[in-house]
Amino acid sequence: MKKIAKTLMLTAVISMAFTVTAFAPKAQAWEPKKPVEFIIMAGAGGGADQIARLLQGLIEQKDLSPRPFIPINKPGGSGGEALLYLQGKAGDDHTVLVTLNSFYTTPVIQDIGVDVSNFTPIGRMALDNFLLWVHSDMADITDLDSYVAAVKAAGGKWKVGGTGSGQEDSILTAMMEKEFGYEVTYIPFPGGGTVAKNLVGKHIDSTVNNPAEQSEFHRAGNTKPLVQFTAERLPAYPDTPTAKELGVDMQYYMQRSINGPPGMSAEAQEWYINLFKTLFDSEEWQTFCTDDGLACDTWLAGSDLGEYHASQIMLHKELIESVGSSAITGE
Amino acid sequence: MESILPLLGAGLLEAVQPLNFLMILLGCTIGLMVGAMPGLGSVNGVAILLPITFLVPPTAAIIFLAAIYYGAMYGGAISSITLGIPGASTAVATVFDGRPMAQAGKADKALTAAAVASFIGGTISVVLFTLFAPPLAVLALKFGPVEEFALMVLAFATFIGLGGDDIPKTIFSILIGLVLATVGLDIISGQPRLIFGDIPGFLHGINFLVLAIGIYGIGEMLWTLESSQGKITVHKVRMSLGILLGNLKDVKEYIKTTSLGSMIGFFVGTLPAAGATPASLMSYGLAKTFSKDPESFGKGNVAGVAAPEAGNNAASTGSMLPMITLGIPGSPTTAILLGGMIIWGLRPGPLLFTEHPGFVWGLIGSLYIANLVTLLINLAFIPLFVRVLTIPFSILAPVIYILCVVGGYAPTQTMHDVWLMFLFGVVGYLLRKLNYPVAPAVLAIVLGPLAERSLRQSLISSHGDPLIFVERPISAICIALGVALILYPVIKKRLNRKKQAA
Repeated sequence: MKKIAKTLMLTAVISMAFTVTAFAPKAQAWEPKKPVEFIIMAGAGGGADQIARLLQGLIEQKDLSPRPFIPINKPGGSGGEALLYLQGKAGDDHTVLVTLNSFYTTPVIQDIGVDVSNFTPIGRMALDNFLLWVHSDMADITDLDSYVAAVKAAGGKWKVGGTGSGQEDSILTAMMEKEFGYEVTYIPFPGGGTVAKNLVGKHIDSTVNNPAEQSEFHRAGNTKPLVQFTAERLPAYPDTPTAKELGVDMQYYMQRSINGPPGMSAEAQEWYINLFKTLFDSEEWQTFCTDDGLACDTWLAGSDLGEYHASQIMLHKELIESVGSSAITGE
Repeated sequence: MESILPLLGAGLLEAVQPLNFLMILLGCTIGLMVGAMPGLGSVNGVAILLPITFLVPPTAAIIFLAAIYYGAMYGGAISSITLGIPGASTAVATVFDGRPMAQAGKADKALTAAAVASFIGGTISVVLFTLFAPPLAVLALKFGPVEEFALMVLAFATFIGLGGDDIPKTIFSILIGLVLATVGLDIISGQPRLIFGDIPGFLHGINFLVLAIGIYGIGEMLWTLESSQGKITVHKVRMSLGILLGNLKDVKEYIKTTSLGSMIGFFVGTLPAAGATPASLMSYGLAKTFSKDPESFGKGNVAGVAAPEAGNNAASTGSMLPMITLGIPGSPTTAILLGGMIIWGLRPGPLLFTEHPGFVWGLIGSLYIANLVTLLINLAFIPLFVRVLTIPFSILAPVIYILCVVGGYAPTQTMHDVWLMFLFGVVGYLLRKLNYPVAPAVLAIVLGPLAERSLRQSLISSHGDPLIFVERPISAICIALGVALILYPVIKKRLNRKKQAA
């Protein structure tokens, strides 16, 4: 009797197991099966880092992923370290990268053998803006004209802090050098947060930081913005003119997008697109964008983002050619 | 001063509220365990547990995470002492004397010293934090690349200036460390350096823990295998409340070095980018330099355990300062705490102190409590930790081996680093056989990248003029102190000789 009961039980268990396995694959789309490496191609405390950590937090808070996202900073060589790392992860479904514009510029300037158009585009979370900042104690410098005059008077000894040769701020710095006909000394630091601190400590004379990196120091009265390199004045900085208003048509934006390594499976790509779209639409993300002076009104994903990347790569190649890559690397 | 006391009082009250106090207890215990596991440092612990903090209010959340950070600083010493594997990068210097003490059957003494020194370091540091946070934030701002480099010179000086060791061998060891530190992508130009043809594993540089675990974990095991010749040695362990209280009395042997180490640790911690690892190494170096008996360091001097432990705990508190006041993390772990603060809707920066006093003072208050709690938990667990040493070597060796592999794999998650770790283990064993000090190499690989970057930044900004290092006051003082430290052993020898002659 016992034996029969056992056999029955066993049959029941086995058949149940079969039913589960037979139905499960259809019901379940792709999901991460292990923790997802969330690679940041810049240092801790900078804009990309803040974004990655906010997104990671929101993913956990809203329980959007069955496995955690683990932010990892790979800031070496203007993001070259991160790009090489991602390239080495080809075909991997558990690694995503949060970008800066060095995503475009680093492969052009440095010979690291990475073609980012092979990477898997997921979604564009925001466009970041740039402002020109100086220390508040520089009473003589009140606008772009007095800034240019001061830099020229310094005769090449004006120190501009940035996040590394080939990073977006170095390109903008090179564009300004060309436009205004002056030369500066460009000093690279690991991450925009450190640059901001060095401006407040007066170890550098000016920087082109993102609003997020300077907003708290600005609120505390340590630093002041002179110009914004945007099409229109940002709501957070209504009193700072744009370069365009001043007759210098200089606009530059930085995309903050999420990308996978080359050859990520289509199912995984789709899952990540849905995940980041949910985050993009969330109230928290939109509030963060407004507070930090980021533009987050247009969502670009998948192949649309791929096309955007292609056009940006072209643009950056032209920019680098026009100012000369030596102007950016400072050699 | 009068304005601080009520705020601190409110902060302490905040910290002992039931939920917050529970968070301290939980955090300290988890931190202790996380710190004791090789490869699972406070960085991983805080990162893994960050999401849990969304369930509680921000103040309780930061208290929880800070307690983990704190507990991990205590915990790192446990595996350093009992197993000879650094539990975290911050506890590498604790191996230097902690392991020899354990082998001499004095593990209980070493563990007690580590716990007490951590407590002293943490407490001195949090008091300094309470009293001088705003002026120290201003000082931290004064540290640009030039001052950072000068500080690195001072850090190196603490190790070159050690009397007793063979000076050429010490310099050789430092240089090897510096060469290893340059492997990877160049910080300024982004070009790959010393990647041995095209081995991708070298692009991210050589992780400091890989070197430390290789040399101390694997190297130590090879050494023990050779010296014990298969004879199974089981340490005698005696532990009672009386012995514990007796060990506590040893505090007078190391109170001086501990206090000095705490100050250094706190100061180094407050500077963005340095962190607790260099702080603990510097603290060790200074303790040895100013010891009456520098020869006994590295052979089981209790001050050699106390100094780095005081240094790393002091630094972990110190590194909260730039995080809160400047929004810049002073260590990798505070970088994650910073991310947490942003998620909780708190903007770290110069205004946080005035705009969210409840949060900031709650955190400071919790540090006082966390210190005491961790000390008590740690002391309570010492009898348990000591029992590890009663395990026969034939069982312990494979366990150590596995922990080393896990610890080498965890930081970057590549097998490349595991192979590298074995290589360092063999090399470390050979260096030890040839009587080369390996600690300076470990220091060099930690400080090398920081020193190189700040040197190059300084020289770019001065257009190649090295005088910039002596023209700026803070930098000039650091360099002068560094030179004095290097010369100190020589002068001391001279003076001693004169005394003997007279």
